[in-house]
Parts: sequence; structure tokens; C-alpha cells
Amino acid sequence: MKNKAFIVGAYEHPTRDAIDIPLAQLHAEVAAGALADAGLSLADVDGYFCDGDVAGWDAPGCGPFSMVEYLGLNLRHLDTTESWGSAYINHVAHAVQAIEAGKCRVALITQAGRPRAERKSPAQMHSEQTQSAYEAQFELPYGPVVTNMYGMVAARHMHEHGTTPEQLAWIKVAASHHAQYNPNAVLPKVVTVEDVLTSPIVATPLHRLDCCVISDGGGALVVVHPDVARDLDRPKITPIGAGFTVKHLNGGYFDILASGGVKSGAAAFAQAGVTPQDIQYASIYDSFTITVLVQLENLGFCAPGQGGRFVAEGNLIAGVGRLPVNTDGGGLCSNHPGNRGGMTKLIEAVRQLRGEAHPAVQVPDCHLALAHGTGGQLGSRHGSATLVLERV
Amino acid sequence: MSAEMPEQNPITAPEPTAETAAYWDAADEGRLVLKRCLGTGKAFHPPRTISPFTGRDDTDWIEAEGTGEIYALSVSKRQGAVHCIAYIALTEGPIFLSALTRCDLSAAKIGQRVHVVFEPCANGRRVPMFTTVATD
Repeated sequence: MKNKAFIVGAYEHPTRDAIDIPLAQLHAEVAAGALADAGLSLADVDGYFCDGDVAGWDAPGCGPFSMVEYLGLNLRHLDTTESWGSAYINHVAHAVQAIEAGKCRVALITQAGRPRAERKSPAQMHSEQTQSAYEAQFELPYGPVVTNMYGMVAARHMHEHGTTPEQLAWIKVAASHHAQYNPNAVLPKVVTVEDVLTSPIVATPLHRLDCCVISDGGGALVVVHPDVARDLDRPKITPIGAGFTVKHLNGGYFDILASGGVKSGAAAFAQAGVTPQDIQYASIYDSFTITVLVQLENLGFCAPGQGGRFVAEGNLIAGVGRLPVNTDGGGLCSNHPGNRGGMTKLIEAVRQLRGEAHPAVQVPDCHLALAHGTGGQLGSRHGSATLVLERV
Repeated sequence: MSAEMPEQNPITAPEPTAETAAYWDAADEGRLVLKRCLGTGKAFHPPRTISPFTGRDDTDWIEAEGTGEIYALSVSKRQGAVHCIAYIALTEGPIFLSALTRCDLSAAKIGQRVHVVFEPCANGRRVPMFTTVATD
């Protein structure tokens, strides 16, 4: 995978509240930003990657037709693989494959969403999105929403491993330390463990500050063939390992603490030929504090059950701890556009590898980074994507 | 800690299909049934015609004991009412998404024994939920 394609463009929309920006326009704005960053234009794009929820027709998989028209693209390749918040991490891997197979040379990946502008609660979205599933009649009567489904994961982790609310709170504290340097962050104020623990409970054992923000916005990436990259004056960042899987409930026989990250992480590290100990910076999907803790264990950054100790005492804070995580402030403090965190995870990893993160959080000589996300419900079914990136 | 009792109103009504009608008919009679995969002998949930383990349609209905223990739980407010979602590890094996009812949530713990009770939902059909077993 190494050197088969390069990420040459990355852009995160500065907005967090897109009341006046329609969804298609958001996609177009992030596309323009990433292409300008790469030194390319829409006319250069011959491959387009987006999720199934992109602006356009409601028919699943067909929305992109009108989005492609809005962007004015002339395509040879289209990939609408949907895996919710992890989709974009998967899209980068697919873009490398498509470029290697000769299906396209300039791949554009866009993501955008506006849950604040549309005033849709996560609970409402969960119910709408799952009501036609086969399992809905066996789940919706029990009131599953995002918060209580993640609450159950945290409760089980505390039961099995003695993890404490204080340890979980450290994940938010680390995110807030990073967010103070991000002028676009929704929550730029540094918080303490006590601030997290005294915020209201939303679903036991999770507090309000254990949750990510709800924000509008989005981002885009441009992945290109090595010949195209050669002509551009951009740092050479190449995906070197990728993994994907779907975790599900397997007829009722499952471990709620073993996410898809166990498989997608192992596959990505194996392909990359590196270990978690080699990673200098990690973007870890942070819908909730517990999401980060479980993923760190599942990816092998610490032993199973040791996540609470690993994240405590500032170990995830750049310049302080052993593993800087989500140095843009992450979904917990900066941005979770469209309730999908995968794109912003990739963008901050690219910033770190380019040396373009804020100086206060930049990892010195960062050349190996990881971006990982689970899209869907950590406590039930989700798509899990892991990507290892190298600056060469 | 003071007692905290869940309130079960309103419960979203299930929408049975031909594949699941037997499950909800049994629930209306106060019985919990599960599907079993004949290829592996394992009970599974949610019920479907095709086994999640073998992909074959050799599955049958079995009567469940209606007992198990709490695998995970989370207490929150649902439309203003105290609510407790829970995964229940059933005696027959599968982990079952449900909710706790008719018990003090401030004392409910992972690992605690529970048994099934049936609560009426909006359209009058009955939905299996679980309540803690007294251990005094």
C-alpha cells in the first residue's frame, strides 16, 4: 500500500453552525478547500468518494448523482461505501485501491452534515435510521439511544476492570487542553476532572462532558496517484496499512468491550508492518470518552482492561503524555460534523504528519500516525476502520 | 441512596412480521420464547428464520426460562421518565437487549439475577422486560 497513493489535500470547514449553508454547498465548500490545499481543481477530479447520506436523493446510494452534478464532476469512478462515521477512513483505503487499479488518478472524498441546523436530536435520528431494520421490533421498545447504548459499554468496563469515572474524565480533560489552541472549537475552555464529574449525568455512568459536541460542518481529502503527487508541492503522506470490519451482535453472543477495532486495527498494523508502540500520534474516534478508552485497548495501545490507567493523568495530552490523541480537540471539544467523526480524525492526522498542527500540540518530527473510527453503535453494531499513515 | 423506580410509559409498540409473530403471540400470553439453531444447538436472539450461525433455515422455537443476569445497564431519562436499558445474559446463552422494570434501579447491578415480566405497550401488546430477583 505504501507509496501507491498520496494524501495531498485536506480541509476542515471552520463552521460549527451551518444554519445558512445548505448541505450540498457545505460539500462543495470543503471540496474547494481540499483541492486548493492540494493545488488542484474540480476539473482534475476523476474519482469521488462519499457516504450514503450525501446531499441529494433520499434513495440510498443515489444521492451522489445530484451531488456529483452540483460539484460539476466528470467521473471515471464513484464509491459510496457507507459505514457511518468510519466511512471516510474506509474511503481513503478504497481510494488507494482504485488509484492502484487504474480506476482514477485524483480521488476527492467529502463529508458534511448539519444536525444543529436541522435540529434533529441524536435520539430521533437513531430511531429514524434503524426503524426498518430486522432487529428494530426487538430493540426500539426498550428505548435505545446513543447515550444509553454507550453508557452500557462504560458500565460494563467499570464492572469488569474497575475503571473509574475519574479515569474516563481524563479523556475529556486531554481533549480540552488541545481545544484551547483551536479557534474553531465548540468548547475551547480547559476543563478539569472535577468539571466532568460535576456535569449532569446523561446516561449512567456518562456525564454531559463525557459526550462529544453536536456540530455542523465537514471536511474533505484529496488522494492522488504518485505521478500527480510528484508535480505538486505538498508533503508526501501515504497510507501504509488499512483495516475494516463490521462488529455485530452475532445472535446474542458477543463481548461488548471488543469493538471492530480488534480486527480492523490488527489488519492495519499487519499491512503497515508497524506496532502500536511505533505510532507517534493517534486520531481516535471520540463520540464519548468511553469510545476512546475501548478503542485504545482494542487497537493494542494498552492491554485489555488497562485503558483507565492508560488515559489518566494527562497521558493523551501532547507534550505531556506518551500518546498524543486528537490534538485538534477532537469530537469531544472541537467538531463532530453531522454526528460523523471519521473525516476530522483523518484531517488532524494529516496536519500532524505535515507539521501543520498548532505549535502547542504539534508532535515533534511526526512521521507515523493512525486514524481510527467506529461508525454506528459501539455497544451493538458498527463499521470499524483503521488507517496507518506515514510521511515519506 | 433513595429508591429509583423506572416508569414504563409509553413503550414503543413492536411491529411483528410473519417471521416473528410467534414471539409476540407468546409474549402476549406471558411466555418468553427464543429461536434455536438446530445445526449448532444454540439458542439465539433476536429471532429469525435463518440461523445467524449457519445461514440455514433449520431453526425452531424453544421456551425460555425467562431468567438470567444483568450484563450491562444504563439509567437515563426518557421523555422525562426514569428509564433503564439493559443487556440481559439469558440462562439459555444469548445476551438480550431489554429494560429493567418494577425494581429499585439505585440497587440494580451488573451480575445481578433477573427474571422476565411482561409490560403492556402503547397498542396493548406485551413486551418482555426484566426485574431483579430478591436475594435477602
